[in-house]
Order: sequence, then structure tokens, then C-alpha cells
Amino acid sequence: MSLMADDCILETTGLVKEFRGFVAVNGVNLKVKRGHIHALIGPNGAGKTTCFNLLTKFLEPTRGTIRFNGEDITHESPERIARRGIVRSFQISAVFPHLTVLENVRIALQRKLGTSFHFWKSERSLDALNDRAMELLASVGLDEHAAMITVEMPYGRKRALEIATTLALDPELMLLDEPTQGMGHEDVARVMALIKKVSANRTILMVEHNMKVVAGISDTLTVLARGSVLAEGPYAEVAANPLVIEAYMGSEAGELASPAGH
Amino acid sequence: MSRRVSIAYLVGLGLLLLAPMFIYPILVMKVLCFALFACAFNLLLGYTGLLSFGHAVFLGSAAYVTGHALKVWELPTLLGLLAGTGAATLLGWVIGSLAIRRQGIYFAMVTLALAQMVFFFFLQAPFTGGEDGLQGVPRGTLFGLDLADDIKLYYLVLAIFAGAFWLIQRTIHSPFGQILKAIRENEPRAISLGYDVAQYKLLAFVLSAGLAGLAGATKTLVFKFATLTDAHWHTSGEVVLMTLLGGMGTVFGPVVGATVIVTLQNELADKVGSLVTVIMGAIFVICVLAFRRGIVGESIALYQRMIGQKR
Repeated sequence: MSLMADDCILETTGLVKEFRGFVAVNGVNLKVKRGHIHALIGPNGAGKTTCFNLLTKFLEPTRGTIRFNGEDITHESPERIARRGIVRSFQISAVFPHLTVLENVRIALQRKLGTSFHFWKSERSLDALNDRAMELLASVGLDEHAAMITVEMPYGRKRALEIATTLALDPELMLLDEPTQGMGHEDVARVMALIKKVSANRTILMVEHNMKVVAGISDTLTVLARGSVLAEGPYAEVAANPLVIEAYMGSEAGELASPAGH
Repeated sequence: MSRRVSIAYLVGLGLLLLAPMFIYPILVMKVLCFALFACAFNLLLGYTGLLSFGHAVFLGSAAYVTGHALKVWELPTLLGLLAGTGAATLLGWVIGSLAIRRQGIYFAMVTLALAQMVFFFFLQAPFTGGEDGLQGVPRGTLFGLDLADDIKLYYLVLAIFAGAFWLIQRTIHSPFGQILKAIRENEPRAISLGYDVAQYKLLAFVLSAGLAGLAGATKTLVFKFATLTDAHWHTSGEVVLMTLLGGMGTVFGPVVGATVIVTLQNELADKVGSLVTVIMGAIFVICVLAFRRGIVGESIALYQRMIGQKR
């Protein structure tokens, strides 16, 4: 059992976030197992994104603790969290729109060079990172578009770029906020395969609305409702939980019961 | 850097080398000082996305410190320039450290408020000469050159401008500049990639303040005086206008903007008097409404459209 407990990469205890009397996250105890793809689902306003913001410290928790690899990280700054190996994406695609696709990935790689404050150095010194950046772009199928200005790419490709940029940091734990939101069927399938592929040797925690994606690739599922954990476990178990079905009254309940959608 | 840009630099430099033969050198030096001021400001607004509304305080404080160092302490010219630039850099660090804690309009307001405080200090402090300003600053000599001669001074000012312009260019196209652009483009994402954005913003602010200070110090040398106008918020507004008119986030934009504004002010001052303010206001309105990318920004866009049509 102790081994099992050690296998938790991320653990929150009694996590609470209040906004002027409104409790967005209410005593969440979350355990993310190492190597898993862990999905966080729940109806709108359940507190999923707030949870993400707390875990990456873009928001300060009102109460509770967050542990990463057994260490208390509750009071660290967001950039420290990132350097520890917890790297997040955002609901609205997080790219640097007026830089090239290659530059986007290179900015993530650049920090390791330790020259990011060197304003007297030529940017050509960054060319040493180009090979690695191209490799990462190739892994998401964007190598042909490396020279493109990011803002000119379609939405699906921007999300793929975002994943490549996140991968550049080689994070231990990747937090993806609705990675397939607003995508067409083909893009969804591509991103799903991509997430599955990059999940090797790392842990992924994702907020996702698309039940096909959740059922298809997640190992564990946590259902949030009104800021609290409603259920947790493998997909089949959670989908059969009456509390969950009740929370998902209506069309989404049907979706939850038959993930394949046909 | 592309060949075309390099040629543009060389042509610009060539014109500036010959300029004092055709134009009154004091006017060109004034344009160069304000062009440097605007370029320094553009480093912050155009490449980091920070709108400082108190940048005149760096121009003004450097002008006073250089003036005081040359006139009262009788320091050599070079040390006087360095003292002014150093003072502005230090002040930039203090104001920057306080201002970068806030974003957007709050950042602008903090810089304005702190700049106003320093302005009132200059108004009251005995060494500035208050409303009269600090008059009769000697230019001194540099490497045996007597700077009292306008032409000799001109080439010093041109060298300072070219050096500072190169440094700004280099900063924009450096590993540091990449991070600044990332912060301008998407600050939360830069944080999520592990960058401590406050440190980058602070360094950008300090660099910008120091270079604005260098412009102010040089200006004192040119006019042999430093006055409250340099530190006044009107001047902070003017540098915003120069940058926007020329094209924010473009390399030459601030230079073009400063040239247009300074020349207009110079030409119009005798003819229309205080109407200059109204004309400047009108230019600002037209710029914001009709060509937001500024003169250089719109020209680049036009050029790219033409290229696009040919293909």
C-alpha cells in the first residue's frame, strides 16, 4: 500500500478557493497517479479551470495543500511550479501569435541555455536550438510549417503547436485545459492520438468535455460538481455512478453512458 | 539582418553624416536626442508591451544630473554624460520595481504618479533652478575636441545616437528580446513556460530608462541648459505620440515619429504660436483613427500588400 501512495505524483488535500464569499473549489482531495492520463470532468461552473489555476498557482488557494512528488508546493510562484516540471496549457490556445512556429517552440527551449537575460548577445546564438525545435515540431506534424507566423495557422494546428511547446520543457506532469475544445472530428482524433503518444513516461491531467476523448484515453476520471469531487475512478465505474448520472442530467448523461456515441 | 535593411542603415547613416552641411546642426541634434528617447520608449512599449506614462522623468533627471555635474562639479564631459545616464538608470530601477507589480492601465498610472512626484521634487529642489532651469552648462571637451563648436558636437551626438540605436537593435534581436516578445504576445504563457516575467520586465524598464537618460544627458550638452519641460508629463505624452505616429514596434518608427514632431514644432512655433498644441492633438487623433500602425508600420504593410499582389 505504501508503494501505491508513493506513486502519487500530485496530491491535493482540502483544496479550497473562495472568491468574495463564492466558493469555487470546495475541499478537493485529488490524487493523480504517476504515468496516468487523468481526466477532470464536470458540468460548467464545477470548478475545473479554477482547480487548474490553483494547481499551477495562477491562483492562490484559500486553504488546503498541494503536494508534487511528496513536496509541499502550495506557496510557490507559477514560474517555479513550471520549472519543477508541471507545465500547463490554457483553454484559449496559448501560443505567441506574431512569432513564427519555430520561435514558439524555441522560447520554451531557450530557458535551459541560461542566456535569456543576455540582451547583448545575437539571437543567432539561439539557432543551436533549431534542431531540437524541429524534432518537436515533427512529433506533432508541424515541421513543414516551422517558418509560418503562428497567427496565420488554423486552430487545430495552434493547439498542436501548444502541445509541442509544452513538450519542449519535458514536463513530468502536463496539465491540458480542454485540449480538443472547438475542434472538428479529424483534429480531435489527431490530438487524442497525440496526447496518447506523449503520455509515455509522463503524467497528464486534463480537463475535457468531449466524452469520446475521456473514454478513449483516460486511465482515471475525477468528476467535479459545485466545487467538490463527486466521483473518482476508472471510466466504466464512474459512468455507472448514479450521482454522476444525476449531475449530468440531460443529453450529456446519455453521452456519458455511451461514450462511443453510436 | 537582411541586406535591404543593412543598406537602409548605411544610407541613413550617410545622410546623417552629411546633414549638418545643409541643415542647422542644433535642429538635427535635437531630432537625434528625441529619436533616441523615442527608440528607448519603443523598446518598452513596442517590444515588451508596457506603456510607461512617465518616461520624461528619465530624460529630465539625466538632463539635470548631467547639467549639475558639468556646471557645479565641473566634471569632464564624458563623466557628466555617464552621471546623467547612471542616475536615470538607477531611477528607472526604483520606479520600474514599483510599477511592474501592476499591469495595463495601472502600470501606466503608477509610472505617471511616480514621475509627477519626481517632477515636484525638481520644481522645489534648489539645484535645478526651479522655473528658471539650470542655465549655462558648459559643453567642455572630449578627447581634445572642443565641443563648443556645433559641428564637433554634432558628430559626438551622432556617435552616441548610432551606438545607442545599435544597442536597442541588438536587444530586440537577442535571446532576451525573444523573451520580451513572448511576454508582449502572451504573458500567462511565458509564465507557464517557467519565465519569471517580472525580472524580464524590470530589466527592459531599466534599459529603456537608461537610454532615455542618455538622450536627456546629450540634450543638456546640445542646448547648454536643463529645464522642467524635460521632466514634465507633456514630454511623456509627446514620446507616446512620436512612437505611435512613427510606428510602435517597428525599428525606424520612433525615429521617423520624432523627426516629424520635432521638425513640425520647430517650424510652427514662430508661425502659429500656442496653436502648436492643437495641431499636435489633431495629428494624434488622425494617427489613432486613420493609420494605427504609424507611418513606418503602414508603409511596411503597404509594401507587403504590393509584393503579395505581384505573386
